[in-house]
Amino acid sequence: MVVGVLALQGAFREHQQVLEAMGVKTRQVRKPEELEGISALIIPGGESTAIGKLLVDYGLMEPIREMAAGGLPIFGTCAGLILLAKEITGSPQPRLGLMDIRAERNAFGRQVESFEVDLEVPALGEKPLRAVFIRAPYISAVGPGVEVLASLGDGKIVMARQGRYLACAFHPELTEDRRVHRYFLEHCS
Amino acid sequence: MEKGTWTVKKGLAEMLKGGVIMDVTSPEEARIAEEAGAVAVMALERVPADIRAAGGVARMADPALILRIMDAVTIPVMAKVRIGHFVEAQILEQIGVDYIDESEVLTPADEQHHIDKHQFKVPFVCGARNLGEALRRIAEGAAMIRTKGEPGTGNVVEAVRHMRLMMAEIRRLQSMRRDELMAAAKEMGAPYELVVQVAELGRLPVVNFAAGGIATPADAALMMQLGADGIFVGSGIFKSENPRAYARAIVAATTYYNDPAVLAEVSKELGRAMPGLEIATIAREQRMQERGW
Repeated sequence: MVVGVLALQGAFREHQQVLEAMGVKTRQVRKPEELEGISALIIPGGESTAIGKLLVDYGLMEPIREMAAGGLPIFGTCAGLILLAKEITGSPQPRLGLMDIRAERNAFGRQVESFEVDLEVPALGEKPLRAVFIRAPYISAVGPGVEVLASLGDGKIVMARQGRYLACAFHPELTEDRRVHRYFLEHCS
Repeated sequence: MEKGTWTVKKGLAEMLKGGVIMDVTSPEEARIAEEAGAVAVMALERVPADIRAAGGVARMADPALILRIMDAVTIPVMAKVRIGHFVEAQILEQIGVDYIDESEVLTPADEQHHIDKHQFKVPFVCGARNLGEALRRIAEGAAMIRTKGEPGTGNVVEAVRHMRLMMAEIRRLQSMRRDELMAAAKEMGAPYELVVQVAELGRLPVVNFAAGGIATPADAALMMQLGADGIFVGSGIFKSENPRAYARAIVAATTYYNDPAVLAEVSKELGRAMPGLEIATIAREQRMQERGW
């Protein structure tokens, strides 16, 4: 099993380090041919506008959509969540649009408002998860097939799953806790 | 809920990796940069080439201009303060800038002390010419490092020198016995704990970008192949003949830095790059990289 990590820009190295520490092989994906043979794909944090533009310019958008239709599990963090969303409030930017969710970009404010918090994620067990939010988005609406996995105290949705797709607004690749990656590999793949 | 932690400061830089941060002097330029795929913009009144030409004292930009640029784009906006000028930094933190560059491009306000960056919620990036300088800045609280290069020259030679030196020094630490690291720390004037950390990690404990003289897609890919985590382009975009084309090409070259086919393609028909300066023609006291220590 090889998990592809979209490596156009952003924190792809950290995702690879987490997976490799779990004994999972990874491959950086920058071109369509590098998608061949992967059994899951991770879209890392970064700038969603920059990643979206490169997805279009370098011909990755359609191949990823086709593989998704064929059953490829996809996990997006932060910018990855935005790229998975069908709807992005106030933005016409390119996206994969695979999940029935509406994303709000930079929804907590600028960098000085970025934060860490202990987040309850019932699907991952009783122990709260240390979640790091960096100029993060959140999910303001979900369609019928979407399971909400975590919300903040004020009800903002920050982690959700729809079948083989998983999205979170925070950065599990920046902490030592591997439960989110394990959840993706066990429940979405 | 905790804000301004080391993890979130360093984390934003992690998200910028593999990307290009572009100097802009107006909301229009900021939009051009964003459309081209920049991961952040640096808001300035003048690009380094113009600062160099104008002479005199270069200071923090007008906050009103920075705010207009912040309104124009959704990507992070950085801005520069003079070395040691912690009040300019307080002002930029107040208006909500996403990253502060304590920069040698502006005229230093303090020749002895850099800003105590731990006192701020907003993260800082600082320039360095070698590993000791990088680790001193990190010890003061910088959450991101960049090479100094020689800003405003369109000449990549100094950025190459600084990146090569930093990487060589890191490799040297990795090859040392643990009991040799204290002497190494003393020699380079860097805190021992950070020296040990670098020896163990085999890289800086924060993101390390290349800056200062990058003018073409090939320059950007060169710096990436030498080990940079990402690229700052100052005058290189908006002093070129065709800023949109240069911006797009440098973004692509930073992602596909190891792919000569893509590099060849994006380097075609870009028009004239920014005019370059031979470093030897700049008197030592005029070199921006000599500012700070």
